[in-house]
Amino acid sequence: MMTFIWVSLILILLSMLGLMYRVYKGPSIPDRLIALDAIGILIISATALLAIIFDTKFFIEVILLIAIMAFIGTVSFSKFIEKGEIIERDRNR
Amino acid sequence: MNFVFLIFIPIIAALFVPLLYKTIKRIHTGWFVLIVPIVLFAIYTTLLPQTMKGESIVSTLQWIPSMHMNFVSYIDGLSLLFSLLITGIGSLVVLYSIFYLSDKKEQLGHFYVYLLLFMSAMLGVVQSDNVISLYLFWELTSISSFLLIAYWYTNDRSRFGALKSMMITVFGGLMMLGGFAILGIAADTFSIREMIANASTVTSHPLFTMAAVLILLGAFTKSAQFPFYIWLPDAMEAPTPVSAYLHSATMVKAGLYLVARFTPLFASSSTWIWLVMGVGIFTLFWGSFFAVKQTDLKAILAFSTVSQLGLIMSLLGASALTYHSNEAMFAVASFAAIFHLLNHATFKGSLFMVAGIVDLQTGTRDIRKLGGLMSIMPLTFTVAAIGSFSMAGLPPFNGFLSKEMFLDAMLAVRSFELFQFDTWGILFPIIAWIASVFTFIYSMYFVFHTFGKKGDVEALPKAPKEAPTGMLISPIILATLVVVIFFIPNVFGKWLIKPAVLALQPNLYDTPQQIDITIAAWHGFDSMALWMTIGVVAVGTLLYLSMNSWKKIYDAQPERLTLNNGYDALLNFTESGMNKISRSYMTGIIRSYFMYMFAAIAIMTLIAVYVKDAFAFDPNSFAPVTIYAILNGIILVLAISFVLLAKSRMAAFIALGASGYSVALFFVMFKAPDLALTQLVIETVSVALFLLAFQRLPELKNHGETKKNKVANAIIAIGVGFTVMLVALASQSQKLLPSISEYYKETVETLAAGGNIVNVILVDYRGFDTLFEIAVLSIAAIGVYTMIKLRLKGEKKADENE
Repeated sequence: MMTFIWVSLILILLSMLGLMYRVYKGPSIPDRLIALDAIGILIISATALLAIIFDTKFFIEVILLIAIMAFIGTVSFSKFIEKGEIIERDRNR
Repeated sequence: MNFVFLIFIPIIAALFVPLLYKTIKRIHTGWFVLIVPIVLFAIYTTLLPQTMKGESIVSTLQWIPSMHMNFVSYIDGLSLLFSLLITGIGSLVVLYSIFYLSDKKEQLGHFYVYLLLFMSAMLGVVQSDNVISLYLFWELTSISSFLLIAYWYTNDRSRFGALKSMMITVFGGLMMLGGFAILGIAADTFSIREMIANASTVTSHPLFTMAAVLILLGAFTKSAQFPFYIWLPDAMEAPTPVSAYLHSATMVKAGLYLVARFTPLFASSSTWIWLVMGVGIFTLFWGSFFAVKQTDLKAILAFSTVSQLGLIMSLLGASALTYHSNEAMFAVASFAAIFHLLNHATFKGSLFMVAGIVDLQTGTRDIRKLGGLMSIMPLTFTVAAIGSFSMAGLPPFNGFLSKEMFLDAMLAVRSFELFQFDTWGILFPIIAWIASVFTFIYSMYFVFHTFGKKGDVEALPKAPKEAPTGMLISPIILATLVVVIFFIPNVFGKWLIKPAVLALQPNLYDTPQQIDITIAAWHGFDSMALWMTIGVVAVGTLLYLSMNSWKKIYDAQPERLTLNNGYDALLNFTESGMNKISRSYMTGIIRSYFMYMFAAIAIMTLIAVYVKDAFAFDPNSFAPVTIYAILNGIILVLAISFVLLAKSRMAAFIALGASGYSVALFFVMFKAPDLALTQLVIETVSVALFLLAFQRLPELKNHGETKKNKVANAIIAIGVGFTVMLVALASQSQKLLPSISEYYKETVETLAAGGNIVNVILVDYRGFDTLFEIAVLSIAAIGVYTMIKLRLKGEKKADENE
């Protein structure tokens, strides 16, 4: 069972390397952004596998936080790409 | 009576001068000031009987006793002679200034404050036994002299002269302080008397010669010796009473005093003797040679002062020879030095006053315009003639006596055998004789070109007439002294000079009575000095009469090679040259400053590691490496490389985000969940912040980066990275002490009632750090808020102005 988890972890890291190629190559900004989002998700998996390897429950918060943060990050990037700013001004002020 | 307090009387009096000047307008302020030097002169005169017996008077005022700094007034023959000169000529100068400076036009309050300040400082210099307080007063003379030279501060030449004298004398003063510090360390005391008493320990100190040279630099700059004399002619822009007082009788003799005072300490050093004698005799020649060239009355007198100071300096050097030889003739040198010092003060003071009178009565000091004043100003002419003849060394004036003794002493130098004087000693009488010829020429030039020959009196700016009586009192008193000293020199010798010689020659005499030197005007025909004087007069007269035909030689020295030019060039260099140097590296570009900093970090650390042989590599201290750590490391390195290589900002941000995530994964791998949590949040927030700022940022472009620059940057970056890696490896490989974390592990639950060790450290064991990091965050938040708000306000204001 442990061998399986080890192999999965290495596979995940290798796919992160593949995504790094996408971050580097692009060619467009959204391509890079999707790659970053995917790296975030892969880190979730890696953290979960490491939690099993280390036999600890302390990384559960980390997994939740990565999920939230990767989402926020991706949304803010996307919003920026679409509108040119992240936080819009309240026009009715 | 505590004589140390007398030093401070002029300063205290100076406090009241502005008050008197403002309230009592009818009476010239000088009359009030005049009381001070007269009273002091009278008090110091009462000390004469004591110094004549060879006794000395010491009184102390505690200043910083724990540092051995005190005001110690030590009055022996030498300091009493100087004190009498300072107060005596001070009284005459104040009297003269009352008539010289108009109370309507001049700011007399300033003048007398500065003058009294100077008087205190000068008394302090000559009476101080503690070298630190001596230095203090020394600098005070520089400062008050600076103020007095620039008294007419609206005049450019005055300010230039004041600055020049300040720069040169303060330079010398600082050098002297260094010499004093060395002496203080070598002798373990700041007292001059104790230094002289411990002379043997001081002379064996390795820095002894250095101390001698440094102190001589101080003395040479103050006493206007070659090549530091250049400030003195420029100081002639001062009011004439100042020139008469400071730049002939007192301040310029401070250096001579210093040399005389330290002679018993330094006489054993051949460097000292050669420097004092050599520089002195050369200054004597140089000053007298260039005095003939001058066309301004005061400039002639300034160069003549330089030359006469050189004469006294060389005599002081010769007096140090007695410490090496028993030849009786060298003892004459110290006597002649003190004697000529006194004589010079009398005749030069009167000559300056004459120059001031001529200036005031005719409206010019230019000797080419003057002439034919003999019958118009007979009294002034008489004083001028007495002073000049004395300066030239003619009988029946006191200059003759001291000049004869000077020539005697210089002739005696030939018979000194140590320190290569047997080879070079012959030069001294020769140079002395040539200088005497020139002294004769400029003395005659001074008096006869001003008063003699037929001058165009009508062409003068003012119609000349005899000076008011009050103005003539002081020069006449001085001129009378010149004659009186010639006829009764031995009285002055007994009262003033022999006690002063005692300070120079403590090795030879115990009391002034033992000094068996009598001054005689007539030595008989076999005296070599007499024939030299006759030669001086004969050759001098010839040269004076044919002056116009040989004056061309002065044009031989090109303007570019003069010392004044050198000084100007030096000043120019320190101003514009240093400016250029700082501008070459202070580019105003942050990039360059970062380059300096990082290069310095890398180079200094590498040198330190290399010199101290501190690098160590111990593979046993490393933890086992896992495959997933390697993979994550590769991801991190790649992400960072993309940041560097990115062509657009957005790509760089994304790569930065990726590197932040991989760091978070490292935290997970190394079992730091709290760090991983924080790292993720912060990473996301900072990327969001980058995006906020992104809109306002310009496109990534080249800010003047060249290929050469980039290569240099790369080298420095690699260097810094390499250095940090080496240091990290070295420190990991040599952990000397075990970690204290065991203590935390054991006590986290029992003492702190917590399970999360990181959080317990943050808020319990090390709560203080957390507190101030909170403070940092709040300051940052407030700072950001303020910057945004203030900027908005500024924009609004700009709008209103439009």
